[in-house]
Amino acid sequence: MSEPIVPKTEVASRPAENYFGAVMAVAWKDLAAELRSRELLSAMLIFSLLVILIFNFALQLDRGTRESVTAGVLWATFAFAGTLGLNRSMAIEKDRGCLDGLLLAPVDRSAIYFGKALSNLAFMLIVEAIVLPVYFILYNPKNFFNPGFLGVILLGSIGYVAVGTLLSTMAVQARTRDVLLPILLFPLVIPVLVSAVQASMGFLSEWPLEEIIPWLNLLLVYDVIFITAAFLFFDYVVEE
Amino acid sequence: MSPQPRALVALNVISLILLGAAYYASLVYAPLEAVMGQVQRLFYFHVATAWVGMIGFVLAAVAGVIYLWKKDLKWDAVSLAAVEISLIFFFIAIVLGSIWARPIWGTWWTWEPRLTTAAILQMIYMAYLLLRQGIEDPEKRARFGAVYTLLGGISVPITFISIRIFRTIHPVVIGTGSAEAQGGFNMTPLMLQTMFFSIFVFSVIFVTIFWHRMRMASLENRVEQLKLKVLQ
Repeated sequence: MSEPIVPKTEVASRPAENYFGAVMAVAWKDLAAELRSRELLSAMLIFSLLVILIFNFALQLDRGTRESVTAGVLWATFAFAGTLGLNRSMAIEKDRGCLDGLLLAPVDRSAIYFGKALSNLAFMLIVEAIVLPVYFILYNPKNFFNPGFLGVILLGSIGYVAVGTLLSTMAVQARTRDVLLPILLFPLVIPVLVSAVQASMGFLSEWPLEEIIPWLNLLLVYDVIFITAAFLFFDYVVEE
Repeated sequence: MSPQPRALVALNVISLILLGAAYYASLVYAPLEAVMGQVQRLFYFHVATAWVGMIGFVLAAVAGVIYLWKKDLKWDAVSLAAVEISLIFFFIAIVLGSIWARPIWGTWWTWEPRLTTAAILQMIYMAYLLLRQGIEDPEKRARFGAVYTLLGGISVPITFISIRIFRTIHPVVIGTGSAEAQGGFNMTPLMLQTMFFSIFVFSVIFVTIFWHRMRMASLENRVEQLKLKVLQ
């Protein structure tokens, strides 16, 4: 009597299903927790509105100035609000010992990274989705809701979150974690900010497309390179 | 503490002599540049220190890769030593460049690709030192440090390209420069010799300091172990 043999293909296909499932599970857990507490989103949101308020008085955002600085103001706002979210989302995992629990799960560790990155991206996009209309109502900029501009915001946020999630995982394990994340993150995301600001400005002030394309390419290249790098390095960052 | 090995003592002396020779070469031996005058003599040390700084950062990233692969803390010490020394040399290069730029470009600083990238590079490696400071476990510190030097190594070229898409006024003395570059010049053979000699001299100085820094790292290591022994 031989025991039933499980077909090989079925065994081999399971981790792949599990992988995607694990990514979604991690992301969903964050979103569900956030839906109940709304700590993170409300903090990020109020913070970004405050940043815009500060810019309003710091730069005297009258009609003339506004046209040239809108892209810069928005990206600076997203960058600052982003660190707030990234720090908090990882700190929660660390403080309540969730990170250790996640690491014990029998899935590839990069699945945890992608899950966290996905939920961080979702938070960032939600904040952006609220900040943009508010900015529009306050200042009435031209060409604001065109698909190109929104695409730049998506690409830029992906690059920012890809590096940010990896670095926040390192930062929360350090003694100086509250101050560490922006210091680690900002010098590395300069290319994202430079190209996102330029491309956004291009779409807002209707530059010819061939002047915007190089910046879009740069954003894409950055996103691909840093997602790959994070995928490769995440193991080293959570190893105990 | 064991005394310095003979070779290191010899290297100390050689470095000192070479540094004197490099001063002589750049201040006396090299001919006076016709347009810019004496301030151009800064160029030799500027290029040499920037070169050494770059080598150090590359070395740090390479040592980071080897650390992640072999998990030997010796490579972490190499990485840290390279970053610390490079930070100083790169800073010297930026300061010398600024002093040169004041009369030639008419400003201490301009947001030009190479200058901006140099500044961001400094920030990245200062952040690296801050990150290390915040972590007590040596093994974890080494891992995070290695990952961060690698991320920095990937991002710096992209930063350079992203700022390069704006125009540049930094002169490119070797190879072809852009049309807007200001303060470029053609080097005579004597100037070329001086430049390569300075690069050689600073490379030797780098090796000397690096050796001292590695000795210091092993001393630090011993102190840590002795402390642990006392506590037990």
